[in-house]
Amino acid sequence: MSDATDTGPVLSADGKPLKKSLAIALRREKMRALMLIAPLLLFILITFIMPIADMLFRSVENSIVPNTLPETVVALQDWDPNSDEAPDEAVYAALARDMQIAIEEKSHTRLGSRLNYEMTGISSLFRKSGRQIKRWDMEGIDSFKAEFEDLDEDWLDPELWKTLSTYSSKYTSGYFLNSVDLQKGADGVVRRDENQRIYITLFKRTLFMSLVIMGSCVLLGYPIAFLLANLPTRTSNLLLILVLLPFWTSLLVRTSAWKVMLQQQGVINDTLVWLGLVDDGARLIMINNQFGTIVAMTHILLPFMILPLYSVMQTIPVSYVRAAKSLGATNWTSFWRVYFPQSVPGIGAGCILVFILSIGYYITPELVGGTKGVFISNRIAYHISSSLNWGLAAALGTILLVAVLTLYWVYDKIVGIDNVKLG
Amino acid sequence: MKTRNFLAIAGAVAFAASGALAQDMTIVSWGGAYSKSQQNAYHDPYMAANPGVNIINDESSAEAVAKLRAMNEAGNITWDVVDVVAADAIRLCDEGLAMEIDADSQLAPAPDGTSASDDFGDLLVSDCFIPQIVYSTTFGYRTDMVGDTPPTDVCAIFDTETYPGKRSLEKRPINNFEWALICDGVAKDEVYDVMETPEGQQRALDKLATIKDDVIWWSAGADTPQLLADGEVVMGSTYNGRLFSVIEEQKQPVAMLWDAQVFDLDGWIIPAGLSDERKQAALDYLYFATDTQRLADQAKYISYGPARASSAPLVGKHADLGIDMAPHMPTDPENAKNTFLYNYEFWADYRDDIDAKFQAWLAK
Repeated sequence: MSDATDTGPVLSADGKPLKKSLAIALRREKMRALMLIAPLLLFILITFIMPIADMLFRSVENSIVPNTLPETVVALQDWDPNSDEAPDEAVYAALARDMQIAIEEKSHTRLGSRLNYEMTGISSLFRKSGRQIKRWDMEGIDSFKAEFEDLDEDWLDPELWKTLSTYSSKYTSGYFLNSVDLQKGADGVVRRDENQRIYITLFKRTLFMSLVIMGSCVLLGYPIAFLLANLPTRTSNLLLILVLLPFWTSLLVRTSAWKVMLQQQGVINDTLVWLGLVDDGARLIMINNQFGTIVAMTHILLPFMILPLYSVMQTIPVSYVRAAKSLGATNWTSFWRVYFPQSVPGIGAGCILVFILSIGYYITPELVGGTKGVFISNRIAYHISSSLNWGLAAALGTILLVAVLTLYWVYDKIVGIDNVKLG
Repeated sequence: MKTRNFLAIAGAVAFAASGALAQDMTIVSWGGAYSKSQQNAYHDPYMAANPGVNIINDESSAEAVAKLRAMNEAGNITWDVVDVVAADAIRLCDEGLAMEIDADSQLAPAPDGTSASDDFGDLLVSDCFIPQIVYSTTFGYRTDMVGDTPPTDVCAIFDTETYPGKRSLEKRPINNFEWALICDGVAKDEVYDVMETPEGQQRALDKLATIKDDVIWWSAGADTPQLLADGEVVMGSTYNGRLFSVIEEQKQPVAMLWDAQVFDLDGWIIPAGLSDERKQAALDYLYFATDTQRLADQAKYISYGPARASSAPLVGKHADLGIDMAPHMPTDPENAKNTFLYNYEFWADYRDDIDAKFQAWLAK
């Protein structure tokens, strides 16, 4: 037994080098762990990551144009978008052939709706012309350009062809430009008309109001959580139920309740008038504006602030504050220098939760936001469910997602994500 | 592509499994009093006549367009018949998400033999859409807040001197732009010519700007009735059926201002891409539910006008209240002295453009 003189690798019982067999054992361990979480991983991948990726992809996807009008798009490449003339006969002939196939597949109206987002009027142009083109005898037509002009003069409009050529490629940046109030013009990217700029304002407002809501949640939630953590268990449990009770109540019910409270003929105004603090003719306007949205959303999101704060505060030993006091600190100093720093991870967790939830909120702002209290998510909802402009909705959503991830990254740099605790 | 095929197969298997048990039919509608009127007038009698069919109600009409598009992409359509407003039906037809229905060969003729397409007349606004009711977006006002001169003219909404107080308008340009232009002096038959131009759109916004501070903008149909009942607004626009229930069922001090009401249609579509068997079942249901008597029956439960001309004389009394329903129909001659029909063609084209301007204006 002279291990010290043996210079070869250490061998395990079965004669393999120990390092190798350790690696095998570790890998087996890892595989087993992976197998255990595989169902969950797959589930998340299929039901969460893939749909999001698919939705985000729509923000640049534009294959409907080259797929529906393949020949036209190719023929249009010879046309100069800066000329103020309609393209020549070859393009119209290609369009006629493409349209006949598209009408057969009933995809021409779909393309019309797609292009109508970029130029008003294309939708009905495609729909109406489709009915006629269906009946065309392709062999017997000499000039397709004249036939199209017969259908509708708009077919000769250079603007229409500019739009088509701008959006003829498989991928487009158009949706992203739209979502920051820009648009593709003939000479590159230009700002939208002033009376159509809205998204930048909404993004700014969403960020600003989410921050205000987050701030008011901290201000209101911190004392409550402090109280909960420092009261005897029996009392604090009762209070905790009071915090959770609204949490379990339907969102719509709570929002409607705020309407009843805040409106001009509502509970608060009635009370103020009855007390003589406010004149009957000058009732306060507290809803259908930013104030109403902030109040209602602070109330709705408050539990998301209180719960992480409470669970972090519970872990702070009482003895630390007592020690500080016994060393001569005042109440304030012992709180500010000893207690508060230990509760910061709870504030961090609560802030991230409230901020991320509020940035994507839309039901409450829709109901109580009026005109100045609506969020970007209200426009996303509109484009998903009403205008069906999913590309624009996806672009807006992508920007929102990137903004949240950026803020998360900034938070990580400044405060450090390790400092976030949920309990 | 593979996922799509897989989903299609999964959907087909799931359907085959459920079809073997009972003939389920999912009908999508708006919920509330409206769905109840359909249950009473259509679903119950249909199930009584066809014991093998089981109708399942889904209250998703508000999101029907987006959901149908998602179902279509997933290749698994779970709805059989869907109740949508005409503008949505046109959109669904354009997108290839609704099936084309030939009124004459696939629907019942009127009792006197008039073909279905003549009976519905101009209301067949899309190849995929079978109208069911005519409803209108119109104004209601508080009778106790307007003094001795109750409004008779739609322009009262812009007259804040005679009728001080808040008004509620829908948070979208449709209808509001028409009213604004009319009250700005545009002749009724020129409204859409004016609205086509950017100057005309600005003109409508400028007119609305005169009352911007006095308006509460609503997005749910229940908002105006609630605001009126609370005395929060002096007048407001909403669907006439909602006002009927505020006035006749809840007995609030509210009255109708029918002037310049905008007619709109609500009706049925069948999603594209159903299996032949389900398509037949859906068409069979529609044949029954859109005949003359059934449409007249629905008016017993809700104050919306039947879409067939032949149904109008059959409209009777309200099932619970026992009052004559004809005077509460938006189509009643007394109410329909000055009306608009929602301009589907115009708004299908201009909706996105004008809505962007309107929302930008609101946010200012």
